[in-house]
Amino acid sequence: MNSEHAIITDQLTKSFGSFTAVDHISFEVKRGEIFGFLGANGAGKTTAMRMLCGLSKPTSGSATIAGFDIYKDTEKIKTKIGYMSQKFSLYEDLTVKENIRFFGGIYGLSNKALKLQTNKLIDTLGLESQSGKLVASLPLGWKQKLAFSVAVIHEPSIVFLDEPTGGVDPITRRQFWDLIYEAAQRGITIFVTTHYMDEAEYCDRVSMMVDGKIAALDSPEKLKLKYNVESMDDVFYHLARAAKRGE
Amino acid sequence: MKDIIVENICKSFPKEHIQALDDINIEVEKGELFGLIGPDGAGKTTLFRILTTLLLADSGSAIVNGSDVVKDYKAIRRKVGYMPGKFSLYQDLSVEENLSFFATIFNTSIKENYDLIKDIYEHIEPFKNRRAGALSGGMKQKLALCCALIHRPEVLFLDEPTTGVDTVSRKEFWDMLKRLKMEGITIIVSTPYMDEANLCERIALMQKGKILSVNTPTHIKSSFPDPLFAIKTEHMIKLLADLRAIPEIKSVHSFGEYHHITLNEPSENELQLLHQTLANDKHEAIDIKKIEPEIEDCFIQLMSN
Repeated sequence: MNSEHAIITDQLTKSFGSFTAVDHISFEVKRGEIFGFLGANGAGKTTAMRMLCGLSKPTSGSATIAGFDIYKDTEKIKTKIGYMSQKFSLYEDLTVKENIRFFGGIYGLSNKALKLQTNKLIDTLGLESQSGKLVASLPLGWKQKLAFSVAVIHEPSIVFLDEPTGGVDPITRRQFWDLIYEAAQRGITIFVTTHYMDEAEYCDRVSMMVDGKIAALDSPEKLKLKYNVESMDDVFYHLARAAKRGE
Repeated sequence: MKDIIVENICKSFPKEHIQALDDINIEVEKGELFGLIGPDGAGKTTLFRILTTLLLADSGSAIVNGSDVVKDYKAIRRKVGYMPGKFSLYQDLSVEENLSFFATIFNTSIKENYDLIKDIYEHIEPFKNRRAGALSGGMKQKLALCCALIHRPEVLFLDEPTTGVDTVSRKEFWDMLKRLKMEGITIIVSTPYMDEANLCERIALMQKGKILSVNTPTHIKSSFPDPLFAIKTEHMIKLLADLRAIPEIKSVHSFGEYHHITLNEPSENELQLLHQTLANDKHEAIDIKKIEPEIEDCFIQLMSN
């Protein structure tokens, strides 16, 4: 295992019949890095992420996640990663405390660790008065922060965040990134997708997927230099406009 | 001429303990491109549903294109087009069948109003026999827009048409709206993306059922109360923490490549002191410059009040 890298992919490919959703992608994500995974709708991001999480078998190519092989060790991978998306995060009809206990349990925390983590988490998020309430009654911003905290409750090597800040107000969006920074500083690798291009700037490096391939991969600063543009929005526009695939 | 007049509209959902709209007042001119800007839970969809006569307000009144939303709801339904945030076409009908269905409901035909949708429909015409459910996100969005336009409405309501859509498709969509505006259609569009506010003639910034501000984007930006500075060093995460710890700083928020700050007592001297403090904190390549606020700066400032 290469201990410097949380993710290594080599020619990773996924085809559905004659359609190649992910087309020979090769990249590495360093341990503790905040890695932005960008791309147009239909570029293949979700398919790639599903493979990296061990949920979908590649057609060809190879990859290791936290040192584990994505063909053979999918169950081990699942214990080493956290996952959160805008669409699926928490059970609305469980309370805050029940959600934490449920996900902590799923992620394999012992009863003792679970109790400790639950209290710690409720304390850090300032959710004491809300801990017995149904998650459905929480404002979206709190739900998202809680969902993130739950996704890293087992201190995974990598956390996958699929558009975690969609629809969230601008202040909460920034508080969410504070949580991301804290996790990254603890050594958790962050793998994040977003449609907000200012958030692309917060990543150490970003990759841009176009038509199933990685069209560019570098730090935001270097990408802007390379394409001689002012913002990540322009980098995105420049690359995604060249897409041939009809979404 | 006012095409939409909203007066003191309130709407609550008692079961969920939500005050979705709290005393909303808005006027939209005939032919205007008006934006409702705000995050989830701002009340944008509830307002749309009241104005399209799908939901009754608890109190207040609203006129759309000269008709009252309660008394004349039938007249309004003939005159408005509505594209809900959630895809609401018939998934198991084809592209063409959906369009022809909506045309028939409004007693018209695709042919009669084809000129209005031509530019948009051409993008999806190659797939006209495909089931709507099998279309990609961008194509669904275009079909939904065509269906909302096929009876040539006087007022078009678009609820978050660009949410979850990538930059390229978003730009395309706004170009389409500009062309529709030239047809004289009043357009009221909601979005959680603050940068899209600049593409509207006037906007309402909304948060938790309240309107924070209504005006042109330019006017809202020029009403920002403090001088605003952008600041960057080699270590942006550390910089954020350091700036938060400096008492002379009134606000600090990250904005992509830079952090934006306001000072309690802005002056040249204060800026130099700040520069010095950061240098002492071992920051290198310190870059501080005065900037004009963006809509998102204004939104955050209004939210924090």
